[in-house]
Amino acid sequence: MLLGPTLAVAAVLFVIGVLGVLIRRNAIIIFMCVELMLNAVNLTFIAFAQSLGVGGQIFVFFVMAVAAAEAAVGLAIVLAIYRHKETVDLRNINILKG
Amino acid sequence: MSLVTVVFWIFAVLALGSAVLCVTRRSPVASALWLVVTMFSLAALFVVLDAQFIAVLQVLVYAGAVMVLFLFVIMLLNLGRGAGQDRKGVVGLTVGAVLAGWLFVQLKFLWHAAPPALIQVPNAMAQLQQQHGMVGSVAGPLYDAYLVPFEITSVLLLAAVVGAVVLAKRKL
Repeated sequence: MLLGPTLAVAAVLFVIGVLGVLIRRNAIIIFMCVELMLNAVNLTFIAFAQSLGVGGQIFVFFVMAVAAAEAAVGLAIVLAIYRHKETVDLRNINILKG
Repeated sequence: MSLVTVVFWIFAVLALGSAVLCVTRRSPVASALWLVVTMFSLAALFVVLDAQFIAVLQVLVYAGAVMVLFLFVIMLLNLGRGAGQDRKGVVGLTVGAVLAGWLFVQLKFLWHAAPPALIQVPNAMAQLQQQHGMVGSVAGPLYDAYLVPFEITSVLLLAAVVGAVVLAKRKL
């Protein structure tokens, strides 16, 4: 059983994703880091499903569906912003800053 | 160490290394390609953890569809060169490092984590797959106990398709 090591790997993967969201400014790369975090959580679900039954794997299925929908809508938003501002750098996208 | 453990660590190190490269590469295209490597390694980890069907889905949906969408948008917007500095300044780096350090501290509690022995069935997934097959063990509950969430997911995907078209279209 590899439960402990898998949870550790998933946690490190999640931390790398959080770090990416915090230190990068490119909107698309931040999106990819969010996907990385979702994948880390999926790994946790799979690890627990191995000894707790199939529920975790089914939840991973739903997470994948939601992630695909999120990527489609999010990239459409990035596209719309790029058309408006000619950039995806988050420094220049601050109209909600007040 | 058994063969399974060796394979697990090979792909775990591959996933973590390519995740770090994904976060640190300057060019968005390089970042996306390293993320594809991470997703493939995670699919291999899923196989090691008795989730073969989910591993296939991971390759098809994530490494296939979602990453193609990302690469398509990167190339459509012509961001491939990775112009200029896109890391945040000292403040952002400090906040990131502190938060990451704190999360790493919490790791040492995870290393020996296990669910309570009472609710834990050794090799539960392996037994289910013996009875119902690799796909059947996931598909059975999906169309039975989880039927309503499954249908709601289809509505969500429809809404996402309509939303993406509305957002990306120049004029309706």
